[in-house]
Amino acid sequence: MSEQIQEGTVVEASEGTGPPVDALVVAENVHKSFGRLEVLKGIDLHVRRGEVMCIVGPSGSGKSTFLRCINHLEKLTAGRLWVNGDLMGYRQKRGRLYELRDNEIAAQRSDIGMVFQRFNLFPHLSALGNVTEAPVQVKRVPRAEATARAVELLERVGLPDKADAYPDQLSGGQQQRVAIARALAMEPSLMLFDEPTSALDPELVGEVLDVMRDLAEGGMTMVVVTHEMGFAREVGDSLVFMDDGMVVESGTPAEVLSAPRHERTQAFLSKVL
Amino acid sequence: MSKTSTPARSTEPVTAVPVRYPERWIAAGVILVLAAMFVHMLVTNDAFNWPFMADHMFSEPVVRGVWITLSATVLSMVIGVVLGIVLAVMRLSGNPVLVSVSWLYTWFFRGVPRLVLAVLFGNLAILYQTVELGLPFDNYWMAWLGMEGDARFFEIDTRTALSGYTAGLLALSLSEGAYMAEIIRAGLQSVDKGQTEAAQALGMSRGRVLRRITLPQAMRVVIPPTGNETIAMLKDTALLAYVPVTIELFYQLQAIGARTYQIFPMLVAACLWYLAITSVLMVGQYFIERRFNPGQHGSIRNRIVGGAHR
Repeated sequence: MSEQIQEGTVVEASEGTGPPVDALVVAENVHKSFGRLEVLKGIDLHVRRGEVMCIVGPSGSGKSTFLRCINHLEKLTAGRLWVNGDLMGYRQKRGRLYELRDNEIAAQRSDIGMVFQRFNLFPHLSALGNVTEAPVQVKRVPRAEATARAVELLERVGLPDKADAYPDQLSGGQQQRVAIARALAMEPSLMLFDEPTSALDPELVGEVLDVMRDLAEGGMTMVVVTHEMGFAREVGDSLVFMDDGMVVESGTPAEVLSAPRHERTQAFLSKVL
Repeated sequence: MSKTSTPARSTEPVTAVPVRYPERWIAAGVILVLAAMFVHMLVTNDAFNWPFMADHMFSEPVVRGVWITLSATVLSMVIGVVLGIVLAVMRLSGNPVLVSVSWLYTWFFRGVPRLVLAVLFGNLAILYQTVELGLPFDNYWMAWLGMEGDARFFEIDTRTALSGYTAGLLALSLSEGAYMAEIIRAGLQSVDKGQTEAAQALGMSRGRVLRRITLPQAMRVVIPPTGNETIAMLKDTALLAYVPVTIELFYQLQAIGARTYQIFPMLVAACLWYLAITSVLMVGQYFIERRFNPGQHGSIRNRIVGGAHR
C-alpha cells in the first residue's frame, strides 16, 4: 500500500488525535471480532481523495465487515480508523478514547454514502421520498430544494421518470440506482459500495456499474467491495485482495489481476476470472 | 398414439361434464331448515318483544350510552397506543432499567383480568381519600429539616378526580397499553435490520430512524391487530358497567330491562348496538390499512393466493 501514499504528507503526529497519513480513509491495524470469531485481523489501508479502491476476496474474508467499520456500522475491536481526518466513533483526549454520542456518530456518517447489496430502500417512501429523506431530516435542507436536487440525481442515475414509483414497483437494478442517488443526496465525500451488484439479475448488473463508472469519472472517492473483476480492472485505481481477515495483496488492478504475487491471490483469481 | 389428439391443435371447446357435489346440496338443505326454525322462533317467541325493543333501543339515555361507549373506546385506544409505543421502545432500548420497567408493566396489566382492573380502579378512593401533587416523603424530610407544613402544591378529592368514567377509562387504557406494547414490539422487530442500517448510514440519529423509518414500516404489521384490539375494546367498554359507570351503554340497556322486566329484548338491543358499531369500525380499519400500504394497492387476495398481475 505504501507506494500509494504521497510522500511528505504526514500530518498531526503530535497529539495522536489525527490520522498518521493525509488520506481520506486511514485504517490502522483494524481488528474486529464477533464473540470469539475474529473477522478482521489487523487491516492497514489508505484511500486517497478521488481514489477508487476495489476490495475483492472470497466470501467470509471480512471485506464487508471492513467496509461497515469505515462508517462505524460495526465497532472496531482494536485499531483506529479515520475518515476525512475524523477518528470514527471516538474522541481522543489526553491519550484516552471516549465513545461518541449517537448524534455525533450520525454526523460523522452523514459525510459517507453507503450502498448495500440488498438495496435497503425505504419501502414506505417513493423513489423521490427515499432520496429527499436524509437531506430534509438530517441536513434540514428546505423540501423544495431537496426535491429539485433529488430530481436531478434521479436523472443522473437514469431514472427521471421513476420519481413517484415505490421500491416494490422497481426492478433490482433500478432500486440500486435509486439507492445510489439516495446516498449521493447527502453530498458525501466518500462512497462505500457493499457488493452492489451481487443481488442483481445478470442483465441488470451493467446499468448499476455504468452509474458507478460515471461517479468514479466525476472524481468521487469510492471503496467498492465487489466480485466484478472487469469493473475493478477498468474503473479501479487500486485493488485489495483480502482473505481470512487480512490484506493479502494490494496494488494497481493490472498488477494484482495479471501478476498476483501471493499464491492465495492466484488461487482465488483462477476461480473467478 | 394418434397424431390428431395433440392438445395444441384442438380448437373444439371443452364440453366435459363437471364434477357433481351432491353433499353440498344436502348441507345447504339442512342449514336452510335450521335457519327457518331460528327465524320462526325469533318471530313467534314473545320474550323477544320486538316492538318494545324498537321503542327503547333509541331512547335518549341509550343513545347517550352509545356516545359514552364510543368515546371510551377511542380514548382508551389512543392512550393505549401511545403507552404501547413508549413501552415497546423502552423494551427494545437496551437500557436495563427501562427494559425491566416495561416488562414489569406488561406482566402486571396482562396478568390481571380487565373486569378485576375495572372494579379495582373504581374503588381506588378507598386507598386514597385525596390525590395530591408535591414532593415525595415530605412528611419525613420536612420534619428532619425542622420545617413547618408540607410540600404539597395541589390537592383534589379522589372521588372528583376519579369519577366512575375516569377510573374505568384509566383501567381500560392502562391494560390496553400492555397489549399494544407487545403488538408494537412485534411490529418494530418485523422491520428488516437493513432499514435501520441504511438510515444510520445516511446520518440519521437513532430517534429519527425510529420515527421516520422503523415506526412507519412497523405500522403495516401493527394495524391489523390494532383493529382487532379496537373492536375488542369496544366490547370491553361493557365492563365499565361494573366500575360502575352508570351512563354507559350496557348499563343503561340492562337498567331499562330490569326496570321493565323486559330483560331479553334489551340484551338483544345490546347485541345489535355492539354489532352495528363493530361493523362501522371494520370499514374504518379497511381504509386505514390501505392508507399504510402505499405501493401495494393490489387486493389482498391477489397478493396472498395469486391473481392477475399489475
